Formats: sequence, structure tokens, C-alpha cells
Amino acid sequence: MRRRWIAPSAVVWLLVAAAFFLIPLIALLLFSLKSIQTGKCCSGAAYSYVIDDPQFLDTIRLSFQLSLETIAISLLLFVPTVYWVHLKLPRFRPVLGFIALVPFVVPPIVLVVGLLDLYKGAPEWFYAKPYGFLAAAYVILAFPYMFFALDAGFRSIDVHTLTEASQSLGASWLTTLVRVILPNIRVAALGGSFLTLAIVMGEFTMASLSAFRTFPTYIQRVNESQPYAAAALSLLSFLIVWVAMLALLFVGRGRPRPAQLAATR
Amino acid sequence: MHQPYLDQYWLTIKISLITAGAGCVLGLAIAYAVIREGTPRFLRTILTTFSGVAANFAGIPLAFAFIATLGTIGIVTTFMRDHLGFDPYAHGFNLFTQTGVELTYMYFQIPLMILVIAPAIDGLRQEWREAASNLGASSWQFWRHVGIPVLLPSILGAFILLFGNSFSAYATAYGLAGNGVFLIPITIGFYYSGNVLSDPHLAQALAFGMFVVLAVMMLLYIPLHRRSARWMR
Amino acid sequence: MAYLELQELRRAFGPVVALDGINVSMERGEFLSLLGPSGCGKTTALRLVAGFDRPDGGSIVIDGKDLTRVSPSRRDMGMVFQAYSLFPNMTAEQNVEFGLRIRKNRRAARRKRVGELLELVGLGHAGKRYPHQLSGGMQQRVALARALAIEPRVLLLDEPLSALDAKVRVQLREEIRRIQTQLGITTLYVTHDQEEALSVSDHVAVMWSGRIEQIGTPSEMYSAPATPFVAEFIGTMNRLEAVVVDGESGEVEHAGTRLTVDAARGRSRGERVLVLVRPELLELEPSTNGVGGDNNLTGEVSTHTFLGSVTRLKILGREAELIADLPTARVDSLPVGLPVVAHVPVTGTRLLSLGEGPASDEPDPGDR
Repeated sequence: MRRRWIAPSAVVWLLVAAAFFLIPLIALLLFSLKSIQTGKCCSGAAYSYVIDDPQFLDTIRLSFQLSLETIAISLLLFVPTVYWVHLKLPRFRPVLGFIALVPFVVPPIVLVVGLLDLYKGAPEWFYAKPYGFLAAAYVILAFPYMFFALDAGFRSIDVHTLTEASQSLGASWLTTLVRVILPNIRVAALGGSFLTLAIVMGEFTMASLSAFRTFPTYIQRVNESQPYAAAALSLLSFLIVWVAMLALLFVGRGRPRPAQLAATR
Repeated sequence: MHQPYLDQYWLTIKISLITAGAGCVLGLAIAYAVIREGTPRFLRTILTTFSGVAANFAGIPLAFAFIATLGTIGIVTTFMRDHLGFDPYAHGFNLFTQTGVELTYMYFQIPLMILVIAPAIDGLRQEWREAASNLGASSWQFWRHVGIPVLLPSILGAFILLFGNSFSAYATAYGLAGNGVFLIPITIGFYYSGNVLSDPHLAQALAFGMFVVLAVMMLLYIPLHRRSARWMR
Repeated sequence: MAYLELQELRRAFGPVVALDGINVSMERGEFLSLLGPSGCGKTTALRLVAGFDRPDGGSIVIDGKDLTRVSPSRRDMGMVFQAYSLFPNMTAEQNVEFGLRIRKNRRAARRKRVGELLELVGLGHAGKRYPHQLSGGMQQRVALARALAIEPRVLLLDEPLSALDAKVRVQLREEIRRIQTQLGITTLYVTHDQEEALSVSDHVAVMWSGRIEQIGTPSEMYSAPATPFVAEFIGTMNRLEAVVVDGESGEVEHAGTRLTVDAARGRSRGERVLVLVRPELLELEPSTNGVGGDNNLTGEVSTHTFLGSVTRLKILGREAELIADLPTARVDSLPVGLPVVAHVPVTGTRLLSLGEGPASDEPDPGDR
């Protein structure tokens, strides 16, 4: 049996860390409760401003819908791809892994500038609508996270045996994919999805530069006139990410977590 | 390339090096404190979850959180002014300068480091620590001869990741000071979205410059990593 | 005067008492094994001696000095762990050298000593290899060399051979003993393998549930176990539950049969005892041979287990299963299913007391 006491140096580091990370959140809370007249606590004015503002619901709805769209497109594109690579083209896997690193390494600011240029000639319904251009951009942005989550999921199951068993029982490719493979990588897919959710709900750079009105850009705009309300919205943003992470934790209980959990800067 | 842009590259690089370095050191210390033998298990789950959140919290909301904390009328600033009689702004501190940006970046750099280095720390066997102690080594000697060398390949990888993360950061800096901080990503955005001066081509050239910097860092990283992992092959 | 003493050492983890006040006394240069099943407290005791844990009570004294409060890096002991203790980023030589570097010995002296030690453990040629390039047995040799490099006053080994292959284990334990004897270093060895403990130690301490059941020389432990647990743990024993009928003649009754054993002399009538017979002392004959006489138990051969030069037979007796070890050549005449007679020798058995009074499900011998 090993000793069961906490080293004093560990306690110090943990307290310092806790302070550094919690104080800004507390500050946000206090700020959001400030009254505009007195500049001090406590007033719900910031919160009622947000609730009354129609743009709040519009932008949060847009961001949420974009998340769902991104998740759906990502899963539709990547699940069959990763499945196929694991099954038939194992040597291509490292290549795919390398490609998956590219959006990870390219700064979003550069990515968006490049994409805006690339799609300049694209039709109106794609280029000028968030559900077109921005969703596409987000699929690229979320690709690394989705890929590594799915890849880990596929690696943890025996793809060949499952596929062969299914086919020997007479199932078609589609049936195999939907009825056999999908349920087995459910955890990985959910993990990637929650991560994507957190990323898209918080993504500012690309939305801002392509002039779409998502939730994070809304927060920025609010700050120009109502800083205390902006603090309340920031707190809400934090809670959204927190919930997404808890869902991720809940879904993936007992499994090793991929270290790539950070996206927005 | 014109001088002001070179200055901006240099500033961005400097900030990235500093936040990556500090992130590595502090992240390592915190991760080790939580993961080492003796610390209750539940703390690790808390740390990992919170690190995941904090690393993703970056951007506009984080900037606002820091303004609420250390801005001119921030909670901590007013606390120091009213209760400790010390006004940081009178002593040269300003959240909207390089130091403020660095401090804010630490909020997501440290958690990122924690997430990346945790598996490596798992691999640090308790037996090594005990064997070193048994042979007469102090804590510091253990880290110097065994702990850090074993972790070095992972630390180098983490450093590069943190550097890239900081170098590419846009939203957080923008939230702090709009277009007032002279970082390359901000400048690129400025010239691209063009309220006053629109010059997409300049933006693209600057973006290409970012690629160059990142590529150079990778080129420096590869031999360093190889050398640090000598004993593994 | 004892060189290393553990006095009333106590350690509890919450409600679990890992060590319940143990006492051990070792002479300089002695090789003592702490032997017992998992969870008996032997590793806890060793870690307390090494300093990786603090006892809740009691003390650790070496050469007259109380080391209970001294930090592990200042106790001047060498420890060999079960596995994985070599520093992966250093070669074998650098690992062995580590303790000397910490002590700031001169480079030339360090190199010389490292060379000597690697030769001593038979790895003179492998010094420049990294741990992952060495086999398990070789790694443990390096670990041993590393522990010895600092010339510790006590050598501690925590199940150093458990993670190795059987053949390597036998080889390495003999080498450890050889080196220990050559250097004359006081050694405390922890293991759960009784054969290992008995073959290399000067003394063995059998532990169970945080207590020491018995300390003695290997042959004492084997032939004269002091408690039922020790009898069960060391070697294989036939355990016959019996009741003393006549303390003067040494007569006891087991499963309705009267047996005379010397060890029962001096016991009081009615005392419940355990008669211990080693498998190699049980003589077997087929029943059909018409063997008469006393001290015989009847039964049927149930299994043969081939162990090389010896085959172990299990016999289903009236109440207990008996184990007899016979030379392999003999067992063809005693196939499975054959009714046999097992002769219990009068001398050479041991007796352990189980307490006074009859057992609840055994007939009172007086009633027959």
C-alpha cells in the first residue's frame, strides 16, 4: 500500500491554480450583477437586458443550429471514411492523421482568410449564408477533433471481425455500418460531437471575419454598449462549454480521453 | 518586409514564447501535483474536466472575464485599490498591453499543457522517485537527473503546441483590446475585414508569414525532439 | 547485539491494520526473509524500514541508532524493487553510478566501482545498454548493482524475482545469495514464494494479517511449524484433525481410527489436535496386500500429479484427503481408484493444539 497523504507542495500548487482559474469567473459573475447607475452590486439589469434582447435568442439559435449542422455533416463524412480506412486501407491511416493535423495547426485567422478567398466565386446561397460557408468552415475546423475521437473509437473495436460477422449473416454494407458499426463507436462519436458543439458555440474568429451573426460575435457587439450584460453572456458561454464537457465526461466514462480538447483562441 | 510588420511578428513571437514557456512550467507543476501518488483520485477528474473547459473557454468571453478581473474597474483591481491601498495601474500595469495579453493567455495555455502532459506524467513510475530517494537524491536531484529528462520529449511537444496556440490566437486578443494590440493575427483581421483600410492581399501576405514562422518552429523542434528521446530507441 | 531491529512496528491504513506490532531482530550480515501471502504486511514492513512510509507506532533501530524519523534519502539503505525501478533515460552504467554521483564521488572512482559491480552481477558487457534493451532478469541485476554501489548498511529487496520467469528466478536467487554472502551485507528480503525464502535465507519470518506467526531457520520452519497457518503455508502437509485419547502412550483418534504418534505424548485427554504429516513420510500399500498393523488409514487413490522425479498422489480417506509423495517409478503399482492403506509413522510427525473439548460435529470418543 502506498502512502495516502498529499504532499504540501501539491497543496500549494492546487490552491494557487484554483485561485487563478476561479477568480476571473467570480469576477464575471460580480460584474454581471453590477447596476449601471451605482457601478456596484447588485442588480439583475444585465440579465434582463439580455433576456429582452431578441438578438440574444437569434444568435444563440444560429450558433446552436450551426453546431448541429457541423456535427451532422462531420459524422456523415467522417464516420464512413474512417471506417473504410480502418477496414480496407490501414496504410492510409497515418496519412489521414497527418491531414487531420493541418486544420489543427493552421490558425483560424489564416484559415478563414484563405477560405473566403477560395470560395469567392461560389453561388450566393452558399457564400452569403451561414449554413453554407460558415458550416463548411466549421467542418474543417472540427475535423481534427472529430477525426481523432472517431479514430480512437475505431481502434478500440475489432472492425474486421465485426464486419465479417455481419456480412456472413447476410447484411449489406449500409446495414453493417448503421446497425453494427455505429452503435459500437457511439461513445467516440458522441465525444467528438460534444467537442464540436463546444467549439462551434464558442468560435469567434471565423464568424467575425466573414461577418455572420453568431453568439460569440453577439457577445462582442453587446460589450460595446453594455459591458455588464456582456459579462453575463460570457458567463453563459462558459456554462455552455462546461455542460458540453460534462456531457463528454459522462458519455466517455472510464475511457482514456484524447488530449486535444482545446480549440478556440 | 516593412519594419512595423516585423516588429509585430517579433511581438507575437515573444508573447508566444513567454506564454508557452510559462504554460509548460506551471502546467507541469499543477499536473504533477494532482496526478502524483497521494493526491485523491477525484481531484484528477476535476482537473481534467476543468482543463477541458478552460482550454475551450478562450476567446471573447475569456477576454471579458479578465477585464472584469483586472481591468481599470475590475474586481481585483478595485479590491487592491480600496483594501490594500495599491493601484496597479498607477504602477505601470495595464491589462491592454503585452503583459495583460500574456496573463490572459495563461488561462488557456496552462490547461492545455495539463491535458497534454498528463499521460506523460502517468508514465512516471513511482518506483523511480522512490529509488532515487533511496539512493540519496533530493527532490530537486530527482527532477534534474530523471524526471525532466524522461518527460523532456513530451514537454518539447507540448511547448510547440502551446507556441502555435498562442501565436494563432485571435479572439482573445481582439476581445481585450480590439485592434489596439499589435499582434499579427489581429493585423491580418484588420486588413481583411477592412473598416478603414482594406487590403486583402497584405492580409494574405502576413498570413503566409505566419506559416513561415510556424514552419521554422517545427524545423527547430524536430532535431531537439530526436535528441531528447535518444534513450527511447 | 542485534544490528537491525524492528520494535513493535505498527501501521494502519484507516480501519485496516497492516502491521500489528511486529518485532524482528537481525544480526549483522544476516539474510532474513519476510514470507507470507498477499496482504500480510510484509511489503508494508519493508517500506517502513526503507523510509517510504512512517509507522504509526514502534521504531526501527540500526546499529543502535533510531532511524524511525529519518528521511529515506538519508538512511543509507539499498533497495531493489519488484520491477521498473531502473531510470529509463540512463544506461545500466549510469543507473549504477547514480547513487555515487549524488554523493559526489570522483569520476574515476565512480567508474571503477561501477565496473566492479557490473562484473559482480555478471553484466560487465552490457553496461552501455538502456533498460528497455535488457531482459527482466538483467534489469534486476542492474538494480541490485545500483543498490550495492552506495555500500549500504542494509540491503532491502521487495519481491525482486516475482516478475521473472521461473528458471531465471531460481538462477537469480542463488546469485543474490552468493553476492550477499560474499559482501556480508545485512539483507531483508520480502517474498510470497516459500521455496525461495527457504532456499536462500538464514532465517525466515512467516507473516499473516500483520503479525509474525513464526521466526526460525528454514529447516525449523519446515519440520517444526508452530501454528496451523505456518504448517499450511510452508511446504505441503497432511493435516489430520484428531482428539487425544491417551497422553501417556501418545494415542489419538482420527476419523474413527486410533493412531499412535510420539508427538502426542504429554498431551491431555480430550485435547483437540492437528496431526501434521509430510507427504514424503506417508507410506502407501495397496489394500489387497493384506497389510496389517497399526497406524494405518484407509482410502482410495483419486489423482496422480506428475512432478518430475516425484509423483504426488491424492488419497480420499474416510474424513480427509491425504497427500503422499512417492518416487515416480513406484506409482504404476498404485493406479487411480485402487484402495490403499496409508501408514502414518510414529515419529517424525508434528502436533499442533486446536483447543480443549470436543468439536461440535465429532463424536465424543468416550461414547464409543
